[in-house]
Formats: sequence, structure tokens, C-alpha cells
Amino acid sequence: MIHQLVIAAITIVFGIGAAAFYFYGSNWLLDTMLPVRSGRPDAARNTRLTGLIRPWLFLGPAILALGLYLVYPVFASVWLSFHGRDGKEFVGFSNYIWLFNDAGFRESIFNNFLWLLVVPAASTFLGLVAAALTDRIKWGNFAKSLIFMPMAISFVGASVIWKFVYDYRAAGQDQIGILNAIVTYFGGTPEAWITLPFWNNFFLMVILVWIQTGFAMVILSAALRGIPEETIEAAVLDGANGLQIFFRIMVPQIWGTIAVVWTTITITVLKVFDIVLAMTNGQWNTNVLANLMFDWMFRGGGDFGRGATIAIVIMILVFPIMVWNIRNARREMEGR
Amino acid sequence: MLGLGNKRAPLAWAVHLSVLVFVVLWTLPTAGLLVTSLRDKDAISVSGWWTALTSSTQNAVMRTPDGAAEKQVGDKYVIAGNVLDGGSGTVSAFGRSSLKPGAFPAGQSADLGDGVTLTVKANGDYELAGTKPLDGGQRIFYTAKTPPHFTLDNYSKVLFSAGMLRSFVNSMTVAVPSTAIPILIAAYAAFALAWMQFPGRSLLIAAVVGLLVVPLQMSLIPLLTIYNKIGQALGVDAHTYIGIWLAHTGFGLPLAIYLLRNYMVGLPREIIESARVDGATDFQIFTRIILPLSFPALASFAIFQFLWTWNDLLVALVFLGPQDDKLVMTGRLVNLLGSHGGDWEILAASAFISIAVPLCVFFALQKYLVRGLLAGSVK
Repeated sequence: MIHQLVIAAITIVFGIGAAAFYFYGSNWLLDTMLPVRSGRPDAARNTRLTGLIRPWLFLGPAILALGLYLVYPVFASVWLSFHGRDGKEFVGFSNYIWLFNDAGFRESIFNNFLWLLVVPAASTFLGLVAAALTDRIKWGNFAKSLIFMPMAISFVGASVIWKFVYDYRAAGQDQIGILNAIVTYFGGTPEAWITLPFWNNFFLMVILVWIQTGFAMVILSAALRGIPEETIEAAVLDGANGLQIFFRIMVPQIWGTIAVVWTTITITVLKVFDIVLAMTNGQWNTNVLANLMFDWMFRGGGDFGRGATIAIVIMILVFPIMVWNIRNARREMEGR
Repeated sequence: MLGLGNKRAPLAWAVHLSVLVFVVLWTLPTAGLLVTSLRDKDAISVSGWWTALTSSTQNAVMRTPDGAAEKQVGDKYVIAGNVLDGGSGTVSAFGRSSLKPGAFPAGQSADLGDGVTLTVKANGDYELAGTKPLDGGQRIFYTAKTPPHFTLDNYSKVLFSAGMLRSFVNSMTVAVPSTAIPILIAAYAAFALAWMQFPGRSLLIAAVVGLLVVPLQMSLIPLLTIYNKIGQALGVDAHTYIGIWLAHTGFGLPLAIYLLRNYMVGLPREIIESARVDGATDFQIFTRIILPLSFPALASFAIFQFLWTWNDLLVALVFLGPQDDKLVMTGRLVNLLGSHGGDWEILAASAFISIAVPLCVFFALQKYLVRGLLAGSVK
């Protein structure tokens, strides 16, 4: 183990050293090859040339990594989705046809849509409420940091935490899961929440909402603070009450930020994998696309064609948000 | 702050109460896990963790040692000890049979017949005394109130026998280089995108924004195929730490470049231009001015990437594999969930070890995390 840590430390030093050497060395090389000292006859030409080349020296490693790890796979996945389980035999659309006839896929995409409907809405709404409330009290920052805390916890860790909350013991025994303890305290019957058909999806969603609310709160709180006070004072003078001010004056001014939070959480939801794997592994009708894909990647030696096809479906669902993000970013850059 | 305060003063308590409810709901589940991880193995499975916080009253039974343990005090034969076995607590009642476990209040003497008496004091000391040599082996039923009892046994068990220490080291091995490597690469790229003029710049920025949301799932199969081929060609296992470091680097770069570029663009133009006028090269401007000034953004990204790589399960499972010696903490937890669904003491302690590191990072560096979030969400 110590051995492993030493190797990791050496790698860090070596990796950073190599990167530093690359950047320093390539820049030095460029300056030596094309000197730009004034007085030389080719100084003007060299200045122009180094100006053209240098950005690409700076960008080189990043473009290489992005290309290999994110751009190439998109095309490779498309290619794989038209091929068989080992990626060699061309099968046309049969993976897609299989997909839409597969009960497991239909269940997963239905569940994914449920997640998409509930989690972004619930997290954004709760985050907005938390932001509005904590901004008004003295211990608000302390409260914020506690509500924000689950953000640091892994999906798997959160799953363990919530599995314990949902723990089920037969009626009559002492319940050790707090949810069933509360239910029995008020005279209800305990339930095995995560095996409850259909509703178990919502119990899994609670975990992600619990994690994402803090994120929504932090961003929306900053947006709420950015609202010009005059608009609120004007509303107060006009006799608006608290709720009216909040929903009619403040919320409309931060629609842009709400949309950002919403879409960011939507992306997270589409990729949700760990929670389902850890809580149910897709049993009891809780499967989602990312977990289904993981199953197909490795189950029975793995079927890369079908796995890639499911990945393409996730990508298609993400695509509109991607386009929207790029358009927003471009608009903002033009404003600068 | 919002200019709302005074008018709704009567509602202030409602705000405090609502925030309190929020805070309780958001911390209680984690608190439950923490308390559970500190409880006795046996206690976890029979009572809720919240009962461990207060003194609990329980009925129990113990058996005195046999006659060999007796001592002679004066003309009496005595077996003495403590029913709580040295633990703290208060005995309220005791008895000699399961039918009447609380027949006698603590401190009283119970006549067991045949000249034998049994006394149990409130602190748990008992004395079995008789005029003849005793048989011992007398059962004592008692009702005791025991204060909260916590132990670190679960942690030592998990660290030293359940392979968690190994996984902890593995997680560190994955997370630290995966955080360090992308920072440098991204910093240079971000500088070029923020302060250098070249054709295709805005296209590249748009590409980075687009890549921010490309789902990881797209990359897994093609990259695994490449890794397997390289592994075969070199005759080594395709599951290597270098492989996962580079994968995390690739996946983390879009956010890194985006965050850093946004920050660098906001740096004052005058500083950079006056440096250019003084004859500094782009390289010098970057290393002497931009990099030091960008520290807050670098810190934000480092925290994000560390939390993400430490908490990641998917990338580790795919590129490091599920073998026991390379399992990271999240992977170990998933295995525990599957195989020992009922061993809460192991699960709770393991889970808490795995979330302790990110929680420390979170509370220590929250300022940078928030700053990064605000800069990183696509506006």
C-alpha cells in the first residue's frame, strides 16, 4: 500500500513535471526558432508566426485529451451502436429495434422521465425556498452550509445513509429505520419502502433531491441577492405582501438562473447511476438508463453494441440542453 | 438585506422554524449514520439509533459465578460482583425469576429461602449471601437504566479487517493525481482561450461549453475498447491507475477550462497590457501574472475535481475494475450493500469513513466551492 502511495506521488511529480516541461520547452523552442528581437529583418514575420502558433502550443494537450476522451467516443459510440456485441459485425438498426421492443429499456426510460419530471423541479423549488428563507435570518449562513453539506457526499454514501432511513423490520418489531419508526409511532404499518412498486422510484429520487437542493440554494441565493432593491421597495410601497413580492417581483427577475439550475440538475439526473445501483440495482422496477447501460456493458461478457445504443439515447436526451447552453454562452460572449 | 424585515416581524418565527425544519431534514439522515457507526453491533439491530442518544431502560438477566467464587466473610458465605459488569447505569429493580423480574426495588434484600439472601444495589453491586456454602449460578433478573454508550470498535473492525484501509489508499491514489494533472493542462488552455487572439477561438469555447454536458456514459465503451487493445498489445492488465488518471483528466477538463477561462477573462486588462508593453512574452505573462492571480479559481476547480473523483463509482468500476485489491471506497461500499445487507455496523462505519474526507474538504474550503459553483454554472 505504501508502495502504491509512493508511486502515486511520483506520478504526480512526474506528470506535472512533464506538463511543465512541455509548456516551457515548446515555448522556448518557438522563441528560439523564430526570434522576435527588434532590429532583425525577419522580426515582423516571426512575430506574426509565433502569434499564430503559440495559442496551439498552449491548447495542444487539452485539445488532445478532450478529443480522445470526449469527442472521439461520441463518434465511436454511434459506430458501435450499429454493430454487434463485440463491435465487429455490422447489424444495421437491429440494436435500436431491439431497444424499443425491450421491456427493460421501456421501464428504464419511463423511470428516467419520472426522475426528469420530479428531481429538477423539486430540487430547484426547495433550493429557492431555502435560499429565500435563509437569506432573512442571522444564522442563515450556518443553515446554508448544513443544507449544502450533502453535496460533498458521494451518491453511494448517500445511498447507504438513506437505505438506513428506509430500513424495514416486520410489524411488531422495533423499527431501526427512522421512516418506519415515525410511521409506526403514528399508528401506521411499516413498509419496505424500496420494494414498493412504482413509489419506490420516488424514494430513490428523494436521495438525489437531498443532494441537489444545496446546489440550487447556493446559486439561487446569489441570484436573489443580486436583485436591485428598488424593485422590492417599490412593491412594498404599493402594498404587496411577502408572497406577492417573492413570486411576482423576485422570482421573475431570476428566471435565467432558475433555468440554469434546472438544466444542470437535469443533466445530473440523466446520468444518475450510483444511487440506483447501490439501492436496488434496478430491481423492483427502478431501473434507469445509465444503470441499464452498465448492465449491458458487462453482463454475460458484455454487449458493447447494445450498451453503446443506450448511451446514444442518453446523449440524445442531453442534446437539447447542450445546444441551449452553447447558444447562451455565445450570447453572453457577444455582450462582452 | 432584502428590505423586507420590519413589516412582517410576527412572521419571523415562522421563517426561523421553517429553516430549522430544513436543517433538521438535511442533517438528520447523516447524523443517524454517524450515531449508528458508533454503537454496539448488537444494539444497532434491535433498536433505532435515536434511542442511543438518551439513557435507555432495559431488562436483562445475568448469572452469578458458581460456588468456587464464594468468599467467607465472618460466618457468612458470600458471592459478590456487579450485574452491570463494570458498565455504568442505574439498577431500579431486580428479581429472581423471569415471572417477576422486578419483584424487589434496588437496595432491598431478597430472601431466596434456605438462609440465602440476594441484595442488588442501585449501582449494580450484588451480594449473594448464605449461612452455608453456596451453589452459585443464581440467575439475577434486573431492570437497569444505562446511559448512552458509544464505541469505536466498528471503525477498528472495518479498517483492519474489512479491507477499508486498502480501499482508502486506493481512493487517494485515484483522486489526488486525477485532481492535479488536469489543472495545469486546463490553465494553459484557459489562458489561450481568454487572452490570446487566434482564428477559431470562439468555436473552441463553444465546443468546451458543449462538452461540459456530454454524458460520461458515451465515453465508457469506446475508451474501454482502446484500453483493452493497448493492454493486449503491451501484454499488461488494461486496468491501471494511469488509465483512470487520464480518464478523469479528460472528463474533468471541460469544467476546468470553462471555470478558469471565465475567471481569467475577468482579470484586469491593464495589468496584462502593461506587461506586454514592458516586453513580457505570453509565457511570462501566464506564469508570472495570470497563474498567481487565478488562485481562487484553481482552488475551486481542485475542490470540485477532488470531490468528484473521490466520490466517483462509475469510472472506477469501468477503468479500474472490480477486483478486490483495486476497489475504491465507493466500490467497496456497494459490495458491502450487496453482500452484507444486514451488517449495519460494518456498512455504517465504512460509509462514514468514505464520506469523512469529502466532508472535511467541504467544511474547510466551502468558500472556494461556492465561488466555483457560481462561476461554473453556465449562465
